Amino acid sequence: MTTVAQPARVQGAVQARRKPISWSNLAVHLVLIGIGLACLIPMLLVVAVSFSDEQALVVEGYRLYPVGFTTHAYTYILKNPQQILGAYGVTALVTAVGTLVGLFICALLAYPLSRQDFKLRGVLSFYVFFTLLFHGGMVPFYILVTQYLGLKDNILALIAPYLVTAWYVLILRTSFAQLPTELLDAARIDGAGEWRIFFRIVLPLSKPVLATIGLFYVLRYWNDWFLALLFIDTPSLYPLQYLLQVLMRNMSVLASNPQTMGEPIPTQSARMAMAVLAFGPALFVFLMLQKYFVRGITIGGLKG
Amino acid sequence: MTMQKNVTSSNGLLTKFFGSRRDMQTNLTLLSMALPGIVLLFIFAYLPMVGLLIAFKDYRFADGILGSAWVGFANFRFLFGTDTAWRITRNTLLMNCLFIVVNTAASLTIAVLLNEVFKSRMTKYYQTLLFFPYFISWVIASYFVFALLSAQGGILNQWLDALGVPPTAWYRSPQYWPAILTLANLWNGVGFGSIVYLAGILGIDPMLFEAAKMDGASKWQQVRYITMPMLLPLVIILTLLAIGRIFNADFGLFYFLPRDTPMLYPTTDVIDTFVYRSLVQLGDISMAAAAGFYQSVVGFAMVVTANWIVRRINADYSLY
Repeated sequence: MTTVAQPARVQGAVQARRKPISWSNLAVHLVLIGIGLACLIPMLLVVAVSFSDEQALVVEGYRLYPVGFTTHAYTYILKNPQQILGAYGVTALVTAVGTLVGLFICALLAYPLSRQDFKLRGVLSFYVFFTLLFHGGMVPFYILVTQYLGLKDNILALIAPYLVTAWYVLILRTSFAQLPTELLDAARIDGAGEWRIFFRIVLPLSKPVLATIGLFYVLRYWNDWFLALLFIDTPSLYPLQYLLQVLMRNMSVLASNPQTMGEPIPTQSARMAMAVLAFGPALFVFLMLQKYFVRGITIGGLKG
Repeated sequence: MTMQKNVTSSNGLLTKFFGSRRDMQTNLTLLSMALPGIVLLFIFAYLPMVGLLIAFKDYRFADGILGSAWVGFANFRFLFGTDTAWRITRNTLLMNCLFIVVNTAASLTIAVLLNEVFKSRMTKYYQTLLFFPYFISWVIASYFVFALLSAQGGILNQWLDALGVPPTAWYRSPQYWPAILTLANLWNGVGFGSIVYLAGILGIDPMLFEAAKMDGASKWQQVRYITMPMLLPLVIILTLLAIGRIFNADFGLFYFLPRDTPMLYPTTDVIDTFVYRSLVQLGDISMAAAAGFYQSVVGFAMVVTANWIVRRINADYSLY
């Protein structure tokens, strides 16, 4: 069947190449370009405002290009960079620890669940799966973390709740179950224990899926504001996203820097400059790794 | 031999369950590997379920969850005695319905368009443009929306002004927010959705399209009579799963984009934002707990029902 299809498709491709752009294709391209640019506009606008002159903004309003181009907003922020560097530090630490530990614990949980000879496989799979269906919600979660675990204003509160994610465990389980059993059996005959098999065979053979899940962890921790919103009050523990949400409500937080005290804040441009400094570098990295995210979405049906 | 016998008898129950001693050891090792994950799930997923009891109590921090006094359904009577309960339920359901319809239609359309020009080098760039908002958090997105809608300088009013339309105070006009939030949610999710559906289209047997072309089918007819019917199961299943989550609103979207503006609550307040506000800002734990319980239980019923239907259509796509 496919051999019949092949020449036809090749022929089709050759024909398409001879006649490069048809009118209908051109229309499709134009529509897609339009939609793509529409997606981009809000971001361009924020970047343009961040490079605009504060006085010009007041007079002319925001434009898609910088009005009275200046980097003043950035120099103002970077004059006293502790605030944003501190937030970057918290976010980087939380992301690194959360991703590595979370990935490890999920893999450790997924491996036994992938084993046919594990007697508790059924019970524990359901134990993991049920958390996808039913949640206690925000109120008990908040009371648990603040009153019983005592993690209010503790950096652990930004890490621990996301460590085990049922979706990731189930995807890893499926992936581990597809590893060739002969390999595991051979190792067992050679006298390797379960831990050794896990570290020497299962993990190295699962690098692609571990990398994909790892990326989703990075995205989740990096972009998280929820846990900080619930549990963090101390400014030195603000992660990046939460710092920005505080700034959105109240720009005077920026002005509380001792070095810039008294100087008028370029409120509007500095606000947008903070946003650019926060999303720019990460967005760049994520876009570089985009194809791995796409792979993750198409294989696992991952929920971001 | 005797040693082994002794061990076996002292662990009689365990061996009865696990089989041979060797099997038992393997199983215990595997269990110890799973243990950290089991404990973390117990703490962060199962303990809060127990904590749902708060909804039936007059919760006081000093007395704890178990120590606080039972009040039966008083919290619920209070919650459902207000207009708020109706408002947050309506907003949550209506907005989620809008999101499902709009996102599905747009994702399908874009997937079909992308497929038409799939061989083109440009496709890669289109996908990047559509997909980048997936990496942007709602906090950052709230800056984007603010730049568009702000009363001082927001660009949308400038554009409307150029068209002769008088400026609108967007952050004081609740009637526009269903549309604004729907667009923002579309912006955020359409890249993801179109990737899922494009993968579905690429999975369709190309023979079908070849045969249709030979029969003289137009592009539109191919989409109408091949692509859409072949994608229908996937569309139904994803929609049903989304309906299963219809009682859970995207907190960041509804909290950050309207900037928690009371004047916008009539259209932007959803169950999740109400629970958060009652809990953290107002400190009204009983009210928050009652609304949270309502959401958890109804949401659970929706997921189970949706999944039951999906399983009847196609067991491969169901959650369990």
